[in-house]
Amino acid sequence: MNEKIQEIIKRDICESYNSNILRKFIDTGLEEIRACINCGTCTGSCPSGRRTALRTRSVIKKALDGDDSVLKDIDIWLCSTCYYCYERCPRNILVTDMVIKLRNIAVEKGYILEKHFNLAYNVFFKTCHAISAKGENNKKWRELRESYKLPSLPPTVHSYPEAVKECQTLMKEVKFKKLLDQIKKKIKK
Amino acid sequence: MNSLSEIQNDNLKYGLFLGCIIPNRYPMIERSIRDVFDELGMKLLDLKGASCCPAPGVFRSFHNLTWLVIAARNISIAEKLGVSPITGCNGCYGTLRDVWYELNHNYKLKKDINKELNKIGKKYTGKYEPKHIVQVLYLDLGLDYLRNYIKYSFSNLKVAVHYGCHIVRPSDKRPWNNEYEYPTFLDEIVELTGANSIEYKDKNLCCGAGGGVRSAINEVAADFTKEKLINIRNAGVDIIITCCPFCQLQFDLGQKDVANLYMDEIKKPFNIPVIYITQLLGLSMGLDPNRLGLIKNHTLKDISPYISYKPFLKLIKEQLI
Ligand code: SF4
Ligand code: SF4
Repeated sequence: MNEKIQEIIKRDICESYNSNILRKFIDTGLEEIRACINCGTCTGSCPSGRRTALRTRSVIKKALDGDDSVLKDIDIWLCSTCYYCYERCPRNILVTDMVIKLRNIAVEKGYILEKHFNLAYNVFFKTCHAISAKGENNKKWRELRESYKLPSLPPTVHSYPEAVKECQTLMKEVKFKKLLDQIKKKIKK
Repeated sequence: MNSLSEIQNDNLKYGLFLGCIIPNRYPMIERSIRDVFDELGMKLLDLKGASCCPAPGVFRSFHNLTWLVIAARNISIAEKLGVSPITGCNGCYGTLRDVWYELNHNYKLKKDINKELNKIGKKYTGKYEPKHIVQVLYLDLGLDYLRNYIKYSFSNLKVAVHYGCHIVRPSDKRPWNNEYEYPTFLDEIVELTGANSIEYKDKNLCCGAGGGVRSAINEVAADFTKEKLINIRNAGVDIIITCCPFCQLQFDLGQKDVANLYMDEIKKPFNIPVIYITQLLGLSMGLDPNRLGLIKNHTLKDISPYISYKPFLKLIKEQLI
């Protein structure tokens, strides 16, 4: 265990505090989540929690306790990644990064909102942009570009098909494509 | 003080990282960045074949490794040209800068990422710092340098400045001396143009769009935006100034969403023009409003800006003559 963290945590992982979720945090170097003292500063700083059911403190607590419901609930997806909790946590936990890690674990298990899945599968993987200006539907956006004397397509992946191939190769190599395909199968079922 | 010649001797060159929203939904922002930088004597190189940064709220949330490797590819395109990638988008800034930071502090990760990049014949070194265009204006050029270019002063204009989140946070990976709560750099650039930056309640509240919230749960995003817009309207301003196309979209198109969803609460539509920082700066530098994308010269429907720029142009017209 990292010495710095050992110092704040002051205890080894005991069985009762050991969860699969926590294990994933530790394995990817996010062990400092264990330093959480449940103070609620993150919840108190959260602009999303002011209007939704997101309680950042409980999300972190559930991750520590290995409560799987945190992966299925919509709460982790209500975070706008404003980073206020990250800045204010008195234990220097990178709280926003923890929420994002939980999202990663959730997606790994196939928990992803439909609109997010479509964005990843139908737009990002195919065009390598998150918002496209290609295709018949987006003609007006190309014309808008032209009206400001810009080329109808920007000099991005939109203008270089081989660059799209490069990005797709990378996404296959790091197994993102495989993950998306697995989720796709699950959705069909 | 940076003198003009000193800076020009450095031969400032950057790689313009466009991202997705700027070129594909708010091209007037691209137009204004290109023209203002050109006027300031800087060279912007195109990062040919660059992709989505990838967006931190969605794609990083889905698969961290994809986020790292695609961002590293984007940065490597600028490295090959020997320049820093600069972006006008807080989201792209967050991604490029956080990945740059992470890879430069984690040797093993950097090696692993390079193993992947090698498969497409690319390499990441981390030698060039990704920057926001506001960072270039404020830190690389400086207010004194910019002041030399100001021709018109808009002393009647009242502005609500919106920073957005990722230009200042996480503050340990940003260049603003850990100031995450009360930054002033954008207000200072706005006030260079003679305009008044008006204080308003919860100025640093997030617009609501980030984190994948707008893309999947729009009502929640619009609820953030409603709160901000009410505070902004109560302060009595003429325009909103942003330095991020996603915040810009959220305030611009978002005014329509808020009107559709929450009319009983807001009573009447806001109709506050939302202007990008280089559009305002360019105007005060004397650039043609056409070149800044402020004049509508097409008949396209359902297109940005959703809230007309006209009241803004009318306001400043007298001060332009
Ligand atoms: S602010 Fe930090 S220590 Fe306090 S509850 Fe949140 S994560 Fe735990
Ligand atoms: S980063 Fe997310 S969880 Fe943290 S305060 Fe902001 S919205 Fe809440």
